[in-house]
Amino acid sequence: MTGLRLETGGTWIDRSRPIRFTFDGREVDGFAGDTVTSALLASGERAGFVSPLQGRSRGVMTAGVEEPNAFVEISAPWFEPIRPATMVTLVDGLVVQSRPGVGVLPESSVVARPARHGHRHVEVLVIGAGAAGRAAATEAAARGGRVLLVDEHHMVLEPPTGVTTWANTTASGIYDDGYVLCYQRDGALDVIHHVRADKVVLAAGAHERPLAFVDNDRPGVMLAAAARAYLERFGVLVGHHVVVFSTNHAGHETAEALAAVGATVTVIDPSPRGGRATDRLQAAGIEVHGNAQVVATNGAPALREVTILEADGHRSTVSADVLAVSGGWNPAVQLARGIGVGLAYDEAKACFVHDGTGPSWLQVVGAAAGDVPAAYPIWVIDDGDDARKYVEPQRDQTVADVAYAVAGGLTSAEHVKRATYIGTTIDQGRTSGVLTAEVVNRLLGWAPGAQGPTNARPPYTPIPFSALAGVDSGSILLDPIRVTPIHDWHDEHGAVYENVGQWKRPRYFPRAGEDMHAAVARECRAVRTEVGLLDASTLGKIDVCGPDSGVFLDRMYTNRMSNLSVGSIRYGLMLGLDGMVFDDGVAMRLAEDRYIVTTTTGGAAPVLDRFEEWLQTEWTDLQVYCTSVTEQWSVVAVGGPKAREVIAAAGTDIDLDDEAFAFMRLRSGTVAGVPVRMCRISFTGELSYELHVSPWQAQHVWESVMAAGEPFGITPYGTEAMHVLRAEKGYVIVGQETDGTQTPEDLGMAWIVNPGKGDFVGKRSLVRSDNLREGRKQLVGLLAEDPAFVLPEGTQIIETAEIPDTPVHMLGWITSSYPSGAMGRSIALALVEGGHARRGATVFAAAGDRTIACTVTNSIFYDPEGAKRDG
Amino acid sequence: MLLIPCPWCGARDETEFRYGGQAHLAYPTDPEMLSDAAWAEFLFMRDNPKGRWAERWVHAAGCRRWFNAIRDTATHRVIATYRQGEAPPL
Repeated sequence: MTGLRLETGGTWIDRSRPIRFTFDGREVDGFAGDTVTSALLASGERAGFVSPLQGRSRGVMTAGVEEPNAFVEISAPWFEPIRPATMVTLVDGLVVQSRPGVGVLPESSVVARPARHGHRHVEVLVIGAGAAGRAAATEAAARGGRVLLVDEHHMVLEPPTGVTTWANTTASGIYDDGYVLCYQRDGALDVIHHVRADKVVLAAGAHERPLAFVDNDRPGVMLAAAARAYLERFGVLVGHHVVVFSTNHAGHETAEALAAVGATVTVIDPSPRGGRATDRLQAAGIEVHGNAQVVATNGAPALREVTILEADGHRSTVSADVLAVSGGWNPAVQLARGIGVGLAYDEAKACFVHDGTGPSWLQVVGAAAGDVPAAYPIWVIDDGDDARKYVEPQRDQTVADVAYAVAGGLTSAEHVKRATYIGTTIDQGRTSGVLTAEVVNRLLGWAPGAQGPTNARPPYTPIPFSALAGVDSGSILLDPIRVTPIHDWHDEHGAVYENVGQWKRPRYFPRAGEDMHAAVARECRAVRTEVGLLDASTLGKIDVCGPDSGVFLDRMYTNRMSNLSVGSIRYGLMLGLDGMVFDDGVAMRLAEDRYIVTTTTGGAAPVLDRFEEWLQTEWTDLQVYCTSVTEQWSVVAVGGPKAREVIAAAGTDIDLDDEAFAFMRLRSGTVAGVPVRMCRISFTGELSYELHVSPWQAQHVWESVMAAGEPFGITPYGTEAMHVLRAEKGYVIVGQETDGTQTPEDLGMAWIVNPGKGDFVGKRSLVRSDNLREGRKQLVGLLAEDPAFVLPEGTQIIETAEIPDTPVHMLGWITSSYPSGAMGRSIALALVEGGHARRGATVFAAAGDRTIACTVTNSIFYDPEGAKRDG
Repeated sequence: MLLIPCPWCGARDETEFRYGGQAHLAYPTDPEMLSDAAWAEFLFMRDNPKGRWAERWVHAAGCRRWFNAIRDTATHRVIATYRQGEAPPL
C-alpha cells in the first residue's frame, strides 16, 4: 500500500482483505474495515469534494456522522442518493461519486435498499459502544436481564460478553417510556428496530468542534480527533507536517500521537497561560506556540502553510499538509433533548452539559454526560475577514453571514438557524451548532453560554424513507383493502370501483362502449322501470343484544326503538352530544332482546365505538352487548318494480305478498335454497328486498337472483346509480349532505326526532339557542334554470345574479348533483341559509365566472307521495 | 410513544389506545333542567392543568375497554391507570 498508510496499526481494518472501489470514476485501494474517507486519505487524496453553494474545494473534516464536507452518492452495489463518506464502509463492487452536500435522484426509477422492521424488548439499552458504553453494558449484563448495545460505526471493538451488540446501528430517537427507534444497516438491508427498554443509557460520546478563522475550510484542515481516529482505527497518517490548533489537552494528546509515528508536529495553543504541557510536548519533539492563534491558511487545492499570530503581534508561517483543530468538545446529548433533558453551560469545559434533568429511566454517561476535557473558551479568531471564517461548511455560511442575521435584529440561535440554514444540514449542525450560538452571543456582547445551541430533534442522523416504509411499499400498502364476498363476480363483469373507506365497491358496470354517464343512466333506468341488483354488503352491521337493548337504543337514536315489534325495521338517526347528525341506519328487531342496527359503510367502526363508550362509561347499569357483524352478513339488494317477481323466480319459501310482508318488515326463510334474512327496506324509493345471507353463500345468491332476473331485465348497479336514485328521493348521505354541523331540523328531518320519549344523546343540544336560530343552513332541492346543466358539487350559492365585490355573502353550497333520468333533468341537493323558507324562490349558483339561476324546491324530487315502494 | 398500563391487559404501546379526554365528567342526570350556559359548560369546557390530571383512554386495538389514567401533563408520564368505576388512586 502506498500513500499515507502506515506499515502497521489500524484496529478496524483487515490488511489481509484488500478491497478496490471506485470513487469519481477512478479506482482506489483499501482494506476491509476501511471507510471511503479512510481509504481516500490513505491513497493521498487531500481534497476530493466541493462545497454546495460556493463550489469551494473541500476535504475530509471528520471521521464520523458529524462530517460536513465529504458526501457521496452510492451507485453500486445498491443505490443511495447521499451518505457521509465517513460512514460508508468498503464492500466489494462499491462505486461512489462525490456529491456537494445535496443528493440527486436519477430520472429513471431506482430500486431502494430492501427494508424491514423489528421489535425488541430489553431491560437495558446502551447507546454508544465507546469505553463508557461498554462499561455500562458490562455492568448491566452482570446484573442480569437482556442488554442491547448499539453503535453507529461499523466496528465495535471488544464487545462485552453477555450483551447483544449491534454495530452499524444508530439510535435515531428516544421517546417516552424507553421507546427508542434504531436504524440498522445490515449489509444491503435496512432494518428499523422498535426497541422498548426499561432503562436507556446514553453513551454517545462528544463531538469535537472547529474554530472560526480565515480559510478554515481549506482541504487539509480537519478536526484533531479525526486525525487521531484515522491513525488509530485505520493506520492512516493524515499528514507528514501537521499543525495542531488546540484549546484542550485532548488536542495536545493527538499531537503526541501523530509525533510518535513520525509526523513533524507544531502545536498552537490560544490559551494566554500558554501550553501547560509544553515541556512534555517539546520532549516529544513538538514545537509549541503558547498564547498564539492560527489566523490564515494557504495552499491549493489543499493546505500548504499555516499563518500563526503570536500574542506580541508577530506573524509567522509554518509548512503543513494538515491543520488539526480542536476547539473544545460538545457532549452528544442531542438524543436526550427531545425527551426533556436540559443543558447547562460549563465554563471550565466551555460547552453545554446535561443538567441532570430528564426521565428516571434515562441515564447519560461518559463524555455525553460532560466527561470532556477542560477547554480554553474561544470560538472565533478576531484577525482577518469574517466572510472567510466558515461556521457551517455544508451551507457555506460564515461569521459574516451570522453577523448579517444578527444585524437584522435576530438574537435567538433558533432564528439565526432559520435565517442562515445553519444546522439544517445532513449532519444537523453537529460541528456548527454550539459555534454558531457562541458567535451570536459574542456579537450581542453576551457572555459565553448565555444561550445554547438550537434544539435537536429526531432523527439523530438521516434515515431513508424506504427504511421507514419497510415492507409497506409498492402494491402492498399499509392500509388494507376490503372486498365483499361477491367481489370476484364484480371483477369478472367489468366493475369500475370506488373506494369507500377501506372497501372496494363497484361504482358502475359499464358495457362495451359506455362511459360512466351512459352506464349510470342505464342502471338507474333499470331500477326505476324493471329491476336492479346492488351489492350492499359493506353496510355496517352491529348486533345489539341483552335485556336493556331497547332502552339503550332509545338513548342512542333520536326516535324510539324499544317499541319496535319483533320482525319490524325502523330508520334511525344518531346525533353527537352537540346535536349534530353523526350517522344513520336502520334497527331491525330480531327478538325481544336482540336487534341488528345498520350503519353507513364508513360509520361501522365509529358507531360501535360510540356504543361501547356509552355502555362502559355512563350506562354501566344497562345489560347490553354489542358485536360487529358487518362481515358475518353479506347483503344483496334487489330493487325495482319487478323485484317481487324476481325473488319469487329465484325460489323462496317466504310469502312475498304485500299484506303478509309489508314495508319495513323482515322475514327469515330461504332464497335459492340457502337461508336468508329478508328485509323490506328501500334506499331507492322502489319496491326493494335486502337479502342478508352468509358470506359463504353470497355469490350463490347473487348469481341465482341474476339468473332468475334475466327474463325481467335485471341489471347490476353500483354506488353511482345508488347515489342518483337516493338523491331523486331526497335521502341524505351522512358525510355528503352533512359535515358535522347539521341538526335533524337542518336536514328537514325533524319528523324523526321524538322529544317525548325521554333523554337521548344530543337532545339537549337541539334546543341550544344557536341550533334554533333563524338563518341556519338547511337542506333543499335546487333545480337549475337550464335543465341540461348539472351544477358542480361544492358550488357556492349566492343571492344575486351578478357576483358582487368581495367579500361575497355565501348562502350555502351544493352537496349532491346529478343528471336524473327519472326527472328528465338535472337535480341537486344543497344546504342553503334559511333554505326551507326559500322554497319557490330563486338563488344563484356561482360556477366560475358566471352564475346559474336555480329554483329552491323540496328536497324530494321523485315520487314524493311514496307510491312506488310497494311495487 | 407512551407505554400505557391497561388495567386489563398490562403495559402496551400507545398506538393500541385511543384518547378520550378528561375523566370523571358525569353525564348530567337531567340535561333538560340545565341552562344553555350550564349545558355548554358540560359540552365544551374542559380543564387544562399543568401537572397531574385524570383522563380517559380506551384500549382500542386490545381489549376495547375504557379506563382512566392519571398523567402528568408537564412530564407526559402516565402515573397510574385504574378501571372504570374505581376511584382515582392518587
